[in-house]
This record gives sequence, structure tokens and C-alpha cells, in this order.
Amino acid sequence: MNIKLKIWRQESPKAKGKFETYSLNNVSAEMSFLEMLDYLNDTLITRGEKPVAFEHDCREGICGCCSLYINGRPHGKLGRTTTCELHMREFNDGETITIEPWRAASFPVIKDLIVERNAFDKIMQAGGFISVNAGSAQDANAIPVPKNRSDEAFDAASCIGCGACVAACKNSSAMLFIAAKVSQLSLYPQGRIEAKERVKKMVAKMDELGFGGCTNTRACEAECPKGISISHIARLNREYITAKVAE
Amino acid sequence: MIKLDAKIPEGPLAEKWTKHKNSLKLVNPANKKKLDIIVVGTGLAGSGAASTLAELGYNVKVFCYQDTPRRAHSVAAQGGINAAKNYKNDNDSVYRLFYDMIKGGDYRAREANVYRAAEVSNLVIDHYTAMGVPFARDYGGLLDNRSFGGVQVSRTFYAKGQTGQQCLLGGYSALVRQMQTGKVTMYSRREMLDLVVIDGKARGIIARNLITGEIERYSAHAVVLATGGYGTIYYLSTLAVNSNGSAAWKAHKRGALFANPSFIQIHPTSIPVLNDFQSKLTLMSESLRNDGRVWVPKAKGDKRKPNEIPDEERDYYLERRYPAFGNLVPRDVASRAAKERCDTGYGVGDSGLSVYLDFRDAISKQGKKAIEDKYGNLFEMYEKITGESPYETPMRIYPAGHYTMGGLWVDYNLMTTIPGLFAIGESNFSDHGANRLGASSLMQCAGDGYFILPYTITDYLADEIKTPKPSTDSPEFESAQNEANEIINKLLAVNGTKTVTSFHKRLGKIMWDYCGMYRNAEGLKKALTLIDELENEFWKDVKVPGKPNELNQELEKALRVADYFELARLLCTDALNREESCGAHFREESQTETGEAKRIDSKFSYVAAWEYNGHKTTHTLHKEELKFEFVKLQERSYK
Repeated sequence: MNIKLKIWRQESPKAKGKFETYSLNNVSAEMSFLEMLDYLNDTLITRGEKPVAFEHDCREGICGCCSLYINGRPHGKLGRTTTCELHMREFNDGETITIEPWRAASFPVIKDLIVERNAFDKIMQAGGFISVNAGSAQDANAIPVPKNRSDEAFDAASCIGCGACVAACKNSSAMLFIAAKVSQLSLYPQGRIEAKERVKKMVAKMDELGFGGCTNTRACEAECPKGISISHIARLNREYITAKVAE
Repeated sequence: MIKLDAKIPEGPLAEKWTKHKNSLKLVNPANKKKLDIIVVGTGLAGSGAASTLAELGYNVKVFCYQDTPRRAHSVAAQGGINAAKNYKNDNDSVYRLFYDMIKGGDYRAREANVYRAAEVSNLVIDHYTAMGVPFARDYGGLLDNRSFGGVQVSRTFYAKGQTGQQCLLGGYSALVRQMQTGKVTMYSRREMLDLVVIDGKARGIIARNLITGEIERYSAHAVVLATGGYGTIYYLSTLAVNSNGSAAWKAHKRGALFANPSFIQIHPTSIPVLNDFQSKLTLMSESLRNDGRVWVPKAKGDKRKPNEIPDEERDYYLERRYPAFGNLVPRDVASRAAKERCDTGYGVGDSGLSVYLDFRDAISKQGKKAIEDKYGNLFEMYEKITGESPYETPMRIYPAGHYTMGGLWVDYNLMTTIPGLFAIGESNFSDHGANRLGASSLMQCAGDGYFILPYTITDYLADEIKTPKPSTDSPEFESAQNEANEIINKLLAVNGTKTVTSFHKRLGKIMWDYCGMYRNAEGLKKALTLIDELENEFWKDVKVPGKPNELNQELEKALRVADYFELARLLCTDALNREESCGAHFREESQTETGEAKRIDSKFSYVAAWEYNGHKTTHTLHKEELKFEFVKLQERSYK
């Protein structure tokens, strides 16, 4: 198929960006979306033009590197799919595809389609862990955890840290990201010990880094490539209120 | 002259590590604060080592090329992590885990190292669980296990098909906790370009800042490489596309011997190649072979849809050839069997380069729900990529380059032949012999990082407590930085006509064709010539756009591919030298009448450790004889 691509190009964080349009012919339906961009870059390099910078690594939907706003939606139109898992068979011959970076003040553009997401690392540093040093753990089966709680913790833990939730949110809120971690750890007995401190510190850090608040629009849940439910935000809120009341 | 000393402790197998630990030197807490350690790579091994060393009180500088340490490629490991817990009461033990690994590795690994990896496996599970890693549980709330290839017990802990992700995120959480305390300084978006050796000791690294392009110097009292494997040498592999062998290769050029480089595991169950622009091959976890049955049609070129082919016209070739292990034979055996069927014309799909992995029987026996619980996310992943549902039609799979058993040579302390340079996880060669069993890579990486390296590196650092922080102003740093700049400028100056990727693809094809699943002397010699020719062409005709001092992804790729030409030559040299078949290394000249791998213990029961002598100069081979005191060498049979 032949397609048109409208891609955000931006030389550096401070440079002014703009859309460039490219025609790309002989795109195969079997290509993944990123393979299509590889193909575009091959074409650009051969023509002596600058390739489009975009982030990617595992190309199987688990590392969370790839991002991209595709036709106005994070990771494209399919539910529960990362950009690297999206395939060109989802597009039509002659279609124009618009590709932008994540747009959020806390995720500044570095170059073209690459943004800086280290704000997530900072939030995690504030409390996204259970304080246990290597060597001090007891036998893994010493603390039974009901299967349904453990399954729910797993669902929350499947977050890949891609930032689609922030990009999708009109407030650029990181609530789903934080909720996933707070929820996972608070569901385990070993995670309860620091639960109050954890939730307060992570939320405070999120506010400090300029992410917005949650207004229950549920865009994050709809666009999360791992399908993480906003019920985890409900748990986050409960944990937060409980912690604050206990102050 | 390098003399290899593996430093394997004397005494009974089960007591070696305990005895050795008791003999290792310690560093007191006040002195630990004065010592700096560099850790390159943040997968299970790197993040484990970094957080643990920080917990002990060392100052740790951590490097990764990704934007955040949470994306290291351990994240993509699917099936599970082994431990000898015997929670299933199926008579498992540390010894059995050790024995399965030694046998699975086709008797080309060190007994003492493998036993230790099995021994610390239980601690790893305890630690991850304590950190909140959501391993699968049964209805009583206790941890569940499943089976993996090459073994007859259930010892694999798992978190659906995302075990690597969950373990890595556990490791990452411990790492960010230490970043918060200031004991870990994180340098993300940095790629190691060289190792700095001063007075014979590893003292630092040269790294490129991938955002600014700046070449930076970092010093420490010791350097730990946890940089993973080099499976992307085939271009198409199950690895992340940016995974590369450059850090290990640069250490090798500075004097670290490279061991068994040709031992590369080809994973039997990856999604087959679907298009010419394909950039990677997605793995389907080995755990699927617990319930999936592998087959091809009995008739050559049978073009019927799989569900239209009745049972009696199907060849369940693994069950036929290996009745004792059936679909759960080890990876190397399963890969070769698939290639054999396809090469003889029984393969399925348009290209004829795939076989079926069928869940029909499992679904009819256990119900769709049970299968969904176990493999739901894998089935979903398969459907996204291929557009077909494995609930309705069998998966199509084919082997793909996956894991490198070879790597930097290390002694029992995980130290390379350069004092102060350690290699852990997949980047070393030590625990998997000629073939790795499923779910033992997460186990080894975490074991190395949390429970082995922190003890052994302390022994080394005990003699460094009086060494002041190494300065980065030394001539060694200066010259290493200059060399890095020179290579970059040289690459940019070529300004030819072909993209870096086009060279990488061609190199990958040479390696896959002549140094892949089947190897022979003639092919390997041919490959060596082809690699030379391609490398010459690369340096004459590659086009690397952009500037050195900017975010330049093409330059990143070019630096990696430039190293791969050299590593590729060493792979072929090693494969040529080893005139036997063992594990994943299959020399066509050395097979049994039934086409199984034929080991030649009298001649090749050694680790081939190669010493670098210069570009396109012959490597020197050093042999570490493998002594088997505790297991009897046998033909590795899964029949």
C-alpha cells in the first residue's frame, strides 16, 4: 500500500517543531508500525535526509520504550496494544497517518518523537518499593497471599511505564501510573508496612513534577496498552485518604 | 602470558561455595563508603548487583542505554525462573537442578559454578517475593510452579508470561530505592564505548551520552559488566533490537578473554519471519510446550488448513523421536528437529519455514478457561502479530537466535582475566555450558547479582581500600576517549551509500546460514571470508548521517555493527575449532547415525577462551580443561 505520513519533527528540546509530510510507497500490511518507520528512515537516509528519531527497543510490547501519538491516540487506535505491536494491516491504502510525540509538560520533547520520561523514575524513587535488603527475606511461602489479591496485584504490576496514561489524560495526570504501583504493593502483606508513607510520598512527588490531578475521565484506562483498570486509582485514593487521616 | 586459573575451591560439591565464602575477605562498613563501583547494564544481573552493593554501603554508578533502567531486556523473559524449592514435593533438590543444568548444557559447564547457581536459586525466589514480585499462586495462597523443557519436575516460578518483567521491576524498585538514598547514581541513556585499564586493573569506562553525543569518562575501583548477550549478531533474533555485544567486546579488546563465543542458543518457538522489513522475531515462551503439541503434516507440501488435517496424517515428530520428554525436549533439540522437518520439505506456512504448535487437545481436555489462565497474554501477543487466534488455529513457530551461553571468561569469583573487571549474568560464559535450559537465565542473572558477586567483589576490594578514587585525568582515560572519538569520526567520514541496517542484515544472514543451527568446516571458512569482505565494504560504503555531538541513532547502530564484524569472526573461529557437536553447537561432521549431536569428550572437554591480538589478527586459544568429579559424562539422551 501507499501512505502519507505527517510526522512531528523537532531538532532539540528548545527548537520549534513542525509537521513534515512524507509519502511512502510499497508498505506491506505485514509490517509492524515501527518497521514502517524503519522503512521510512532507510528511504530518508538514502535520499540524504535526516531520519526520524523515535524510541523503541524490545519490539514485543513489554519494555515500554515505544510511544507515539498515532492519529490522535496513544499507541494508535487498537486497544491494549503498544505501537510496536500495531501492524500496518490496520491502515488503508492512501491513508494519511499523523504521528506526534507524547504531549505533556512533564515529558519534554528531546528530539522528533522522543520525549524525556524520567519523571516516572523520580516518582518511583519517592516510594515505589518495599524496603527489603538482599539476604533478609524469609521463605517465600511463609506469607500466603490469597490468589485473588495476588492476581489483582499482578494486573496492576503489568504496567510498562510507557506514559500513554499521561499522554491520554487532558490533565496530564500520572494517577494511573502511581495507582498501579501503590495498588500492587498495598495488596501484599509485606507491602503494608510502608503503605502510608509510600502513597503520600509518591503523590507529593507527582504534584511536584507538574503532573495534573485525576478528574475521572477514564482516558488513561481506555488507552493503557496493558489494560490497567482505574479501580486501582480508587484504591490509590482510599490508601491516600487513610494515610492522610492518620496523620 | 595469560594463565587461566578458575579458582574453583576444593572439597565436596555441596560445600564448595560455603567454604569459599568463609575464605573471602571482607571490607568494613567505613571503608565501603570510600569505594566506587561501576555497573554497566540494569537487567536482572545489573540491577541486582547495583542495589545490593549499594545496600552494603558502596558508591555505585549505574549505566544503561535506555531512558530508564526498567527497560533492560530481562523485561522480555516470559516463562519463568527456576529454583530448587521442592514446593511440589516431586523430589526436586539443589542437586537435581544442578544435574539438569549440567546435562542440559551437554557437559560443557563447570560443575562448581552450576552447583552454586542452583544453591542460591532459593534465595532469589525468597528475595523477589519479599520485594512484592507477583509470582503466580494457587488457591491456598502459596506459590505455584510449572514445568519447563529438559526436566521432569515442576520447579519453575512464574508470573503469567511476564516473569522477566515482574522480576526486573522488582529489581528496578530496589534500584530506585538506592537512587533515593544517593548510594546509586544512575546514568541512563549512556552507552559504554570502552573499558579503561590502568596498571593492569579495570578503573573505569568511557561512555557516550546518547542525548548530547558527549564522550564522558567515569572512574571506579572496580567495574561490573552486566550487559547481556550478543544474539542480535544474527540481526533477527528474539532480543531487543538495541541489545548488542559492544561492551563485552571492548573489554575483550582490552584483555578480557572471551569464552565459547559460538555457543548460541536458537530458541525453538518464535513467531516466524513474516516480511522483508522484519526487525525482530518475537518469542513464544517455552512454557507453551507444556500443553502445546508440535507437529507437521505427514505428507510433503500438504497445503490444507491445519484443522482439516486429521490426526493420523499429522507427524507429532517430537513425541515420535523423543518419547520420554516428548514436546518438552531441550531447546537445541527442538530447534534442530524443526529445522530438519522444514529442510526436508514438511514445513508449513507460505515459506515452508515453520511448524505447528497446537493447543487443540489441551483446550478440549482442560477447557479454554484453563488455557487462557496460563497463556492468555501470550496468545494475545501472537494474535496481535499474526492476526490469527491460537484458540482456533495452531500457532506457527520457527527457531530464532536467542541466548548466548558464551561470553566473557570469568573465574569462580566472576572476575574476568582483567583484575577488577567482573562479568555477570548473560555477559559471562559460566553456567550454561553449550545449551541453557529454560527459566535458568533469570535464575543465574539474579543469583549472580544478589548473592554471588557482592561477596566476591568485596574480596577483591579488600585490597583496594587504600587506593584513592581513580582520577579520570590519567593518560589511559585520555587515550581511550581519543580512540572512541576517532572511531566515531571515521564512521561519519565514510559517507557512503548503504545504511547501517543493510550491513547488519547481511552480516546476520551470513551468521545464520553458516554459524547458526548447523555448522560445518567448509561453511565456516566461507563465512570468515564473507565477513572480511562485508567489513571492508562497510568501512568504504556505509552511510551514517548526522553529527557526533547530537542524538544520533544511526551512529549508535553503526558503532555496534562495527564491533559485530569482529565478534562474528571470533564466533566462526570458535565454531571451526570445536570439531564436535555439543548442545547448541552442532557440527555436521560430528553426529550419530540418528542425527543426534555427538560429543567428543576426549578432545573437547574444555572451555575455549580466546585472547585478542589485534584487528584481523588470529586470536590465541587458551583451554580451561573441564574436570567432572561429581557427575559421569554420558550421552545426553531425551529418548
